[in-house]
Amino acid sequence: MKLLRVQLACELRVLARNGEQLLLILGIPMLLLSFFSNVDILPTSGQSSVNFLLPGIVALAIMSTAMVSLGIATGFERSYQVLKRLGATPLGVPRLVLAKALSVLVVELVQVMLLIGLAQVFGADLDALNIAKLVVAIALGTLAFAGVGLSLAGRLRGEINLAAQNALYLVLLLIGGIVFPLQEFPSWLHWVGRISPSGALADVMRDVFSGTSVHGASSLVVLLCWAIAAQLSAFKLFRWN
Amino acid sequence: MSSALHASENVGLSVSHLVIKYGDITAVDHVSFTAQAGRVTVILGPNGAGKTSTIEACEGFLAPTAGSVQVLGLDPFLERKQLNRQMGIMLQEGGIYPSARVAELVRQYCALYGNGVDADVLISRVGLQSVASTTYRRLSGGEKQRLSLALALAARPHIIFLDEPTSGIDVNGRDLVRSIIRELRDAGCCVIVATHELDEAERIADDVLIFHRGNVVASGTLEELRSGREEIRFRSTSRIDLHSLSTTLGLPVEQTRLHEFTVAGTSDARVIVQLTDWAKANNVDIGDIGAGSQRLDDVFRRLTAESAS
Repeated sequence: MKLLRVQLACELRVLARNGEQLLLILGIPMLLLSFFSNVDILPTSGQSSVNFLLPGIVALAIMSTAMVSLGIATGFERSYQVLKRLGATPLGVPRLVLAKALSVLVVELVQVMLLIGLAQVFGADLDALNIAKLVVAIALGTLAFAGVGLSLAGRLRGEINLAAQNALYLVLLLIGGIVFPLQEFPSWLHWVGRISPSGALADVMRDVFSGTSVHGASSLVVLLCWAIAAQLSAFKLFRWN
Repeated sequence: MSSALHASENVGLSVSHLVIKYGDITAVDHVSFTAQAGRVTVILGPNGAGKTSTIEACEGFLAPTAGSVQVLGLDPFLERKQLNRQMGIMLQEGGIYPSARVAELVRQYCALYGNGVDADVLISRVGLQSVASTTYRRLSGGEKQRLSLALALAARPHIIFLDEPTSGIDVNGRDLVRSIIRELRDAGCCVIVATHELDEAERIADDVLIFHRGNVVASGTLEELRSGREEIRFRSTSRIDLHSLSTTLGLPVEQTRLHEFTVAGTSDARVIVQLTDWAKANNVDIGDIGAGSQRLDDVFRRLTAESAS
């Protein structure tokens, strides 16, 4: 337990010092939520902008932390041989992975609380928020996106991994129905978005926050499939050094 | 020469018929040697000689293709968890978060090893008090090396692997590293040092292993490696007719570096007199004349040349 605590503190310290990562995981979601909640330019199917945006932005925050932030940091740690050096201490791989997972969850908790607080400031209606479903959605989203991020981090060189994670982030942000509703997309792109992890998580989050979603239980199944496939992929592709 | 350095039961590291292959390339080819606790064993070799692969197999980072490695009586690949508590390692470079600060890193590693090493004492020991709150990326090359050494010492190790420990370190820093290595040795630690720096090896080694093309081409104490290889060394900035001098002395003469020459096979004072007479007769300036055993770099050059041919 002591070793886990020591490593978790280290992971959080390193993250807190990384300005670019903080901007990505906290700044961008809060900026998007603030801007589009107050500038009424989105087709929101009759909902208030903030109520339409909040589920997708929470999904985006989870994607930022579990995939991009974890993936980029781990990729550089692999390049800098930090993982190799830690591998020669009594810490062990299971504790290292657990420390990383806990650091992601701590950050996600902060993100979700900040985003919900900000949404309330902009007048969001949170009466239908289901906390139990939120926990499940965060867990599945984290597994799915962490799996994707670690799969890339485990194979690509630091700089290439950085570019790939950011490019994928942008693509998943655009096709996932996070800012623009999927119904507004051409039908083929609608389908791509629907089966993407970001589209599935955003739709599951809509159910979490409002009790209704566009694709119902099928999004949960898609997200579950992504969680399993991405974890298997990470397990197969990841290299420590 | 036997690859077992000393007949003793106090073995810290035992490598037996180790083979490491990367695809079709054989990096280490049936290497066997032992290293003793309470001694400093220096591994020398040119790039690509198989040193790093051998050390990585000993540290448990690399699974041998064939053969076996025992570190403190443990298999480093299969019994890593037990071994990691007692083994210190210093990577040649990296291994540290660039944004991490010196003091917090040393505290983190002391806590991870849990062997009761006081982080503040350790920071002072490696001379990093003045940069304790500086991030790794802002340290000089020598400070980075000393931090890496501190992390290895955080294990309070029974065996320690140091990869190029004095690389990029200034004169005072080198003295400090040498004194720490001696302390470790005197405390009974098995110290394994891989280096390219032959002068450094000569200063710290009790035992030497010379790797070349995946094999150990020589092993033994410094005295053993140099014994029976007498020479006379001198410096000259004049143009020297090596053939004429060699014929006069009846011994081979060669230029080893710019302005540096050796007469191989003797340290006899009579040959030195012949040498100075020849220089005077031929109007050649010579100086810094010395006689004795071959230096380690000459031994190294000769052995790796013999192995290559």
